Amino acid sequence: MGACSCQAEKFQRLHEIITAHKERPGALIPVMHEAQDLFGYLPKNVQQVIAMGLGVPLADVYGVATFYSKFSLQPKGTYQINVCLGTACYVKGAQGILDKIAETLNIKVGETTPDGMFSLGANRCVGGCGLSPVMTINDEVYGELNTEQVEEILKKYLEKVWREEKHADAAKA
Amino acid sequence: MLTLQKLNEIKEQTLAAANMDSARKGTRVVVGMATCGMAAGAKSVYETLAKEIARRGLARVTLAQTGCIGFCRLEPIVEVYIPGQEKVTYVKVTPENARHIIAEHLVNGNIIAEFTEKVSLEKQKRVALRNCGVINPELIDEYVAMEGYQALAKAVLEMTPEQVVDEIKRSGLRGRGGGGFPTGLKWEFTAKTQADQKYVCCNADEGDPGAFMDRSVLEGDPHAVLEAMAIAGYAIGATNGYIYVRAEYPVAVKRLEIAIEQAKQAGLLGQGIFGSNFNFDIEIRLGAGAFVCGEETALMVSIEGHRGEPRPRPPFPAVKGLFGKPTVLNNVETFANVPQIILHGAKWFADMGTEKSKGTKVFALGGKINNTGLIEISMGTSLREVIYDLGGGIPNGKKFKAAQTGGPSGGCIPAQHIDTPIEYDALIQLGSMMGSGGLIVMDEETCMVDVARFFLEFTVEESCGKCPPCRIGTKRMLELLEKITNNQGQKGDIEKLEQLAKTIKAASLCGLGQTAPNPVLSTLRYFRDEYEAHINERKCPAGVCTAFLQYVVLEEKCRKCGLCARSCPARAIIGKPKESYRIDTDLCIKCGLCISKCPAKAIEKKHNQ
Repeated sequence: MGACSCQAEKFQRLHEIITAHKERPGALIPVMHEAQDLFGYLPKNVQQVIAMGLGVPLADVYGVATFYSKFSLQPKGTYQINVCLGTACYVKGAQGILDKIAETLNIKVGETTPDGMFSLGANRCVGGCGLSPVMTINDEVYGELNTEQVEEILKKYLEKVWREEKHADAAKA
Repeated sequence: MLTLQKLNEIKEQTLAAANMDSARKGTRVVVGMATCGMAAGAKSVYETLAKEIARRGLARVTLAQTGCIGFCRLEPIVEVYIPGQEKVTYVKVTPENARHIIAEHLVNGNIIAEFTEKVSLEKQKRVALRNCGVINPELIDEYVAMEGYQALAKAVLEMTPEQVVDEIKRSGLRGRGGGGFPTGLKWEFTAKTQADQKYVCCNADEGDPGAFMDRSVLEGDPHAVLEAMAIAGYAIGATNGYIYVRAEYPVAVKRLEIAIEQAKQAGLLGQGIFGSNFNFDIEIRLGAGAFVCGEETALMVSIEGHRGEPRPRPPFPAVKGLFGKPTVLNNVETFANVPQIILHGAKWFADMGTEKSKGTKVFALGGKINNTGLIEISMGTSLREVIYDLGGGIPNGKKFKAAQTGGPSGGCIPAQHIDTPIEYDALIQLGSMMGSGGLIVMDEETCMVDVARFFLEFTVEESCGKCPPCRIGTKRMLELLEKITNNQGQKGDIEKLEQLAKTIKAASLCGLGQTAPNPVLSTLRYFRDEYEAHINERKCPAGVCTAFLQYVVLEEKCRKCGLCARSCPARAIIGKPKESYRIDTDLCIKCGLCISKCPAKAIEKKHNQ
């Protein structure tokens, strides 16, 4: 996600992105990629700005957003956990890993924890088949997993979240 | 402007400065840093090595990150080349080991044998992967040092476009993305079409689950693809190229961006390449997670900024492709072969492989095999050699059952055909296909019906929805397969599957739909008995499908306390304290609560025998 936090700044940035790409043929998808990096997802108002800026119908923007699995219309958690369900990972027991995480975080695939910290997804192949089963948490790749390791990795992230919460509470007080 | 003479100067200088050739004066240390290496922790190893080399002020040591050398199970891998010595390969290196390696090997000159493993590339034939794991993919000079961009110079300065096409045609190179269409013919058709603008596209949308050949080439040797695209542009008369790469490959994207920038800086892309009047530019386009965009017409529609839905052919891309202009579209691995063919000649390439499948093929070995990783072999090598000699066989002494090639479009090669030579036509005869190179090994514990279900689930998810045979037909097939694996199969289901498969193959618009039934057809061809066992005998012979599991009380272990019966939410456990307990299979909902409650571990999941 971008460094700026306030919405107006983000929209300012979005306009810059649109201007930078506008003259290129087939600019829609590159713009949507950058917009999603900026906002974390593609809400309706962002799609509207893109449609107006590039001069394409909103229906086309929405059509593209819903066609490709990489684009999301819902906000994602701070930590996006993706378990690879490619063939190699599947044969090596990725389903068990996915179930374990779902159980630990108490969410289903495609859901986000109520605190907005973790989202769980089943990913398309990341090409780490030699280290299957594989999962990614944001940009970190974890390979050769078993269910115990997954628990440990999750614990690390949970502790980090708790620590940050404590800090935030302390700062407030 | 970069001249050939200057290119040769860079080559010689880099070879010496980066300690790359056997005449090296200093030490070269390389760390495998492709996605797989980084997943195993190569980043911290690299940082430790860098810090340690700087701290000790070691002179004449080049530390380089490289792409994948193919031994994924041994990552992180560090290789040390010391002048006058053989290469030493350290495997599964930790930051702590890395410090030891510097102290013991680089400083004191003692190889730490227990950290090493002898890895041999002897049985492989590396053309497309020749630079992977050798050069630093983020430095153009190291590519130039390995004869990089010499082929482009040769093509532009010494050959006519017709000669380039002819060379590729005579080499017998066929599309490595799976289809196997002769590359030279594709170029020839596009070259002959008259148009004001033409395009070269590189298909790097490697969507096959279980395949990572293209990722490795892009992460390990991105300039080879750029050089080949420029050669293609020269041959067909195009000035623009697009690389369509999956967004799931961030490392590959980053290295491509760096490579393009460096090539532009050096004058190897842009205006007047090598002082000729040939101009060529390349742009990257990111995929957005749609398997169907690996299909050529869908890929081009996606670059144009629309939903990636295929369109009927003809017109073929050679006539009407990207933005309605004639377009050559080749896969990453196909391109990676091109500079070598131009440099060493068509005959050199055609001497490798078999009569109709020339050259080499890269395979990604995965699944139930000891040496998971990437290999490149001569076409015609047998599956047995790949699995047992290169792949190191099946783990835990299990029996080989089948190899799956071609991903969701392909099929399986069963154990009785393990001596089949790997080439386009032989694999098609077996009902499978070469595919892009994913090779998933399955052992006796893999249920083939479940595998077919897995692939259909994938195609249903990835079907774009444009044509009904694929959109509706694959869904119906999946429902039947789910029925069978859920212990609800009925007589006639297999025949229904076959009929649906036939219709979908005949009536679908694009390659995705036309090949979607293949995993079912091929498992039916070789493992029909497994389907029949699921339906008629109500069992899963491999013991995978959970619907066929039965919970049983082990008489000899049971303490007859009754805890299980009290905790069973379905009241499926019948018996009396101090007498005996048994589980009524019809009532059991297979929740597993009894297993977790039993103090004597006397309840087990068992498959129908």
